[in-house]
Amino acid sequence: MTHMGIEPDRMHFSWISSAEATKFVVVAKEVTEKVRALGPNKHFIKTEARGAQHV
Amino acid sequence: MSEHIDRIRDIAQRLLAEGRVDMIVGFRKGTLPMMNEPCFIKTPTAVDQLVWDSHCGINLANYLVDRSETIGVIAKGCDSRNIVTHIIENKVDRDKIVIIGVPCHGMVDKRKIQSLADAEIEAVAEQKDQLVVTAGGNEMTVPKKDVLQENCRVCIHRNPVIYDELAGERTEEQSDVDRYADVHEIEALSPDEKWHFFEDLLAPCIRCYACRNACPLCYCPTCFVDESRPQWVGKGQDPTDVRTFHFLRAFHCAGRCTDCGACERACPVGINMRVFTKKLEKDCFEQYGWEAGLTLDERPPLDTYRLEDPQDFIK
Repeated sequence: MTHMGIEPDRMHFSWISSAEATKFVVVAKEVTEKVRALGPNKHFIKTEARGAQHV
Repeated sequence: MSEHIDRIRDIAQRLLAEGRVDMIVGFRKGTLPMMNEPCFIKTPTAVDQLVWDSHCGINLANYLVDRSETIGVIAKGCDSRNIVTHIIENKVDRDKIVIIGVPCHGMVDKRKIQSLADAEIEAVAEQKDQLVVTAGGNEMTVPKKDVLQENCRVCIHRNPVIYDELAGERTEEQSDVDRYADVHEIEALSPDEKWHFFEDLLAPCIRCYACRNACPLCYCPTCFVDESRPQWVGKGQDPTDVRTFHFLRAFHCAGRCTDCGACERACPVGINMRVFTKKLEKDCFEQYGWEAGLTLDERPPLDTYRLEDPQDFIK
């Protein structure tokens, strides 16, 4: 995905056991922060949807 | 490499006459120059139709699946690797095919040759490493190595990896090629530049699916792009859908692609879609030490699990 031009910070992979609540919190926070820093996604939005966004 | 044709015809005739195969899958002369077409030869007397030169780029492994006959197939290095892939994916029964291996010296790219000529090409003849091109009544000589298909230029498996009969001396493999130069160039770009690179690359795509149809790996009874329930991907020309098609198709070929170049060769608008499959081929090689279609004894990386599989991307 990053090879095709998706920003690396938008892609996250993690393995979290159902017993690892703290890890879940840490990862969720990190993902949100990094994605927020990048701003709204510009890619993989269809032309029709792109038009609708500007309305 | 046209010197192989006598051996190929001899072997094909013998196999048919002895009844070892029901038909031979090979090439015959096409109606246009540089366009040999696949053909099925069913009688020993018809073997004279077979040809072998530098325009046999189509991957014949594509014609072996879902057939009931015993087939003799003519195979270059890449075809033979795709036959191995078919066998390990249970699409072809090894006992039902006889492989006539042909050491390959690379196939030529008709677009490269056409770009050298001012007029439409009328004929192309071969003299060892030279091609004699006739266009607009004029003749010119072109060194074959200058007009090879890109995948042939960087090929390191020219000899068939599996065969029952060999129609020529084994050729020397290339060792001084940088196989992944094009992938490295893309990897060096920024995310934004990458996005635009592929946007420009895919802009001419007309979604004809010639790349998929020419690919021996694309044998699914219903391709994901043709599914309508559920509809995985839009069927129009929206750049998002075009990109989804190309990338997803490449992913389906991960660890299976032999870089035979059939997709690029088949493309009517000249898109080099090998840059997708090539990246995955490189990843498979670097991360799993895997090259598709070299052995019948190992399972491909995507259907095996090993403790040492790389997993740095999982946090």
